Amino acid sequence: MKTIAYFPGCAMKDQARPDEAGTLHALALLGYEVTEIPRWNCCGTVYSLAQDDLMRHVGPVRNLVRVQGMGEGRVLTLCAMCYGTLARSARFVAEPERLARINAFLDTEDDFRGGIEVVHLLTLLRDEVGYEKLAAQVKRTLDGLKVGTYYGCVLLRPRLFAVDDPDRPEVMERVVEALGGTPVAFPERTECCGAYLTVGRTDIVGDRVGRILRSARGGGAEVVVTTCPLCQFNLDERRPAGAPTLPVLYLGQLLAWAMGLDEPAVAALVSKEPATGRPVSTGV
Amino acid sequence: MASELDLSRDRLDAPFARRVEELSGENPYACYQCGKCSAGCPFADYMDALPNQVLRLVQLGDASALELSAPWVCASCLACGVRCPKGVDIATTMEALRILALRRGISPAPVTPDRPCPQIALVGAYRKLTP
Ligand code: SF4
Ligand code: SF4
Repeated sequence: MKTIAYFPGCAMKDQARPDEAGTLHALALLGYEVTEIPRWNCCGTVYSLAQDDLMRHVGPVRNLVRVQGMGEGRVLTLCAMCYGTLARSARFVAEPERLARINAFLDTEDDFRGGIEVVHLLTLLRDEVGYEKLAAQVKRTLDGLKVGTYYGCVLLRPRLFAVDDPDRPEVMERVVEALGGTPVAFPERTECCGAYLTVGRTDIVGDRVGRILRSARGGGAEVVVTTCPLCQFNLDERRPAGAPTLPVLYLGQLLAWAMGLDEPAVAALVSKEPATGRPVSTGV
Repeated sequence: MASELDLSRDRLDAPFARRVEELSGENPYACYQCGKCSAGCPFADYMDALPNQVLRLVQLGDASALELSAPWVCASCLACGVRCPKGVDIATTMEALRILALRRGISPAPVTPDRPCPQIALVGAYRKLTP
């Protein structure tokens, strides 16, 4: 058993519950004891790109202080956006003067000493578990299901924090393969869905989503998979009229299926099971 | 008649450009206006100035950049930054313009959330659209 500290973030306790449930069960089968960090707070979801905006790093850093308090040297996230804010803030405040100022802000907390590594699920599966060990745990193969792998922005940009090659990522494709699926690396898989513009600019987000889904279907995808709750929401809920109707799932839901789970939280996935025994209807 | 060509930055009305540079941590003058950022920006169609044009205004020290809608349409997807041949991270310039506008009281158009709207989006939006 390996232990790992886990930062869920808001979405995993809300609309992304099937993702969390599926992923945590899969990680248990893969030999991980996952411990949620105590008293975690919102990561802020979007990383501040300004040089003098130290206040917006307090949220992420507070979470890193909790990880430090657990005696852990790294923290796992499932959400792409949490990964972005935590990983980037950890580096931004590592500079001594900023570290001193942020610790003055935190005041009642333990001082952040830096050096906490932020790990996204995909990196863990690739670099530590390995695709072979993942494949060995598959109880119910995806049976060649054509899975469009949607990365979006935060997993791949900026380059310094990319979980894979920003131009030619393959980690999600390899995970799909390990689960018995056929990955569809469609051209729009690395282009933005519109993110938080969904609050008020549904016109723009709808256009983007239509384009992304047409690209996925054009590549032959029967389902689209993502690790970002905001991408999942946009691709599913902001789908414009006439756009392809293929299901948009979390990676955790695919893991759950492949690892033979029937938990209530993944019921939404299982209930879509068509007669062919595949995890989702093609819906197109 | 003596002729002299002065190409220094000091010729320009640079305080605005300097302020943007401070906030973004990016040198606007590194940009040579090739337009690659705008070619790849998934949101360029919805902007009132293309990303390279926004950067051009900053180079010229033209604070009218703060009145544009483009920085509010930019979703911070960072596609421009990974592709710029000069390594300019324009998304940080867009962020600097948003922040300067907010600090100077130039607000974006008011936003009415479309429902349903998950908290991950609401938190992201208020972090980007409020000072
Ligand atoms: S890609 Fe870079 S150099 Fe080219 S116009 Fe854009 S910012 Fe300037
Ligand atoms: S970060 Fe902004 S300007 Fe750059 S490509 Fe994305 S939306 Fe366009």
